[in-house]
Amino acid sequence: MANANLASTPPLGEAAIAPLLPPAHSKTSATGEKAATRWTLIAIAIGFLALFVLLPLGAVFAEAFRAGFGAYWEAVSEPDAVAAIKLTLLAAGIAVPANLVFGIAASWAIAKYEFRGKSLLNTLIDLPFSISPVISGLIYILLFGAQSVLGPFLREHGIEIVFALPGIVLATIFVTFPFIARELIPLMQEQGTAEEEAALTLGASGWRTFWHVTLPNIRWALLYGVILCNARAMGEFGAVSVVSGHIRGETNTMPLHVEILYNEYNFAAAFAVASLLALLALLTLIVKLVLEWLYADQIAGTRRH
Amino acid sequence: MTLAASAGRWRWKEPSVIPGFGLALGFSLTYLGLIVLLPLAALLLNAASLGWSGFWDIMLEPRTLAALRLSFLAALFAASVNAVFGLIIAWAFVRYDFPGRRLFDALVDLPFALPTAVAGIALTALYAPNGPIGGLLAPLGIKVAYTPLGIVIALIFIGLPFVVRTVQPVLEDLDKELEEAAATLGASRFRTLRSVILPALMPAILTGFTLALARAVGEYGSVIFIAGNIPYVSEIAPLLITIRLEEFNYAGATAIGAAMLMISFSLLLLIHLIQLWQRRRFTHG
Repeated sequence: MANANLASTPPLGEAAIAPLLPPAHSKTSATGEKAATRWTLIAIAIGFLALFVLLPLGAVFAEAFRAGFGAYWEAVSEPDAVAAIKLTLLAAGIAVPANLVFGIAASWAIAKYEFRGKSLLNTLIDLPFSISPVISGLIYILLFGAQSVLGPFLREHGIEIVFALPGIVLATIFVTFPFIARELIPLMQEQGTAEEEAALTLGASGWRTFWHVTLPNIRWALLYGVILCNARAMGEFGAVSVVSGHIRGETNTMPLHVEILYNEYNFAAAFAVASLLALLALLTLIVKLVLEWLYADQIAGTRRH
Repeated sequence: MTLAASAGRWRWKEPSVIPGFGLALGFSLTYLGLIVLLPLAALLLNAASLGWSGFWDIMLEPRTLAALRLSFLAALFAASVNAVFGLIIAWAFVRYDFPGRRLFDALVDLPFALPTAVAGIALTALYAPNGPIGGLLAPLGIKVAYTPLGIVIALIFIGLPFVVRTVQPVLEDLDKELEEAAATLGASRFRTLRSVILPALMPAILTGFTLALARAVGEYGSVIFIAGNIPYVSEIAPLLITIRLEEFNYAGATAIGAAMLMISFSLLLLIHLIQLWQRRRFTHG
């Protein structure tokens, strides 16, 4: 705009302004870099991302379709693959709602009240993020495995936790534990308690206040947390691998099925199943991006996880 | 807001008209206790039952030491690479406009969203001696897949978003007037970068670096496919835990697990200290 205006100003005005403008040959401002530096940095950034992110993503799909569409379809529709897909959906279907309820309860307690020990609770919620996935599985083996203190009791009562669905669900809940709470807490702290107090003053019950005042305020952040939580729940490998026991068709989730196929040198099939997980990741990123575009102000903007 | 000022006597909770405190906090604490704290306590109790000498016997085994050293050094190296390139990427996204910027910005989050096993086999396919990148490097005598270098590549992939996403918002908020002031006072662009911009970004870079490091030390899924998993050479500590479990050597798994937990907690503490330092630096006066 400034340039267009300058171009249309009469010669006299231009002459008056000219001494104030920086020399025409220099494109650098005091707080910018030379064009060469700028483009080098951009090239490094793009090159690094292409090499480390874009290329691996492309490799998944290239390898998946290397043996053709027929082989692809066969790999993702054979009974073991279907069983793995079903188990993954089931485990995520239990883990995500469980963490959703926790996320709402924890953020309600932390954001709406002042109490001692709050920052400790806040820190403890983040704990699973910093723990190795293998350890996240190991702890449940140590707690519920045959060798544990609880082991004989569980066996006597015929309760299977480790190497069965409950173990897989527990490990999945553990690794996705902070996701939803992490999105809700900063947002609800920012929103404060004034609206809830108004609703209560007007005679609404606690539940009604939650449903009609709080929930609409946090719905997009909630959805944002849920999709991130779901992506991790369906893709979790290390923790689930430790507790699953790798029983084909029974305790194999999709990532574990990928591993088995890969170790059997059945690469095309491994990448075919992997491509479904990669699609899920892409879908997650797209939804995340759309939510960030449309509702930036209603999402806490914790872009870290 | 402050507890001490509003109440003469000690009170653990501020009064509030909003209902549901007991239910929300009670449920949260129970869930946290059962899912997170109890199992972690089980690990620490199991480790404690080994006794000091039992614990150290396992820790000082050459294979354990080699695995822990590899996990830590590879993570350190990868996090350093991420700190440098993450800073450049964040800088390019915030300061420059170029075609495809939004697309690449969105792609930074892919390592968070892509399951680690998928990343692992994809990277192996690329860097294996017969793969597109491995094939280019093989004639030069560089082996990536099935060596510690492959582990570093995988750890760079999974750690990349941490530095970019911690530096980016700080860079966006950075006051351009400071740079203008530096330039007005005669500082060269490089001097401004070194004495004005970098110090302001340092806490964010360090936080991102430590987050990437913490993630990389414990990483498993993306590494085991590309690592080759040769004991003493390319066997990471989390993998050794799973090997000990398959051998029914629970003591071995527990000891290594407890040691890694301690490393994680130390890194977590470090992150908190960095953030504390950051807050103190920027809330001066």
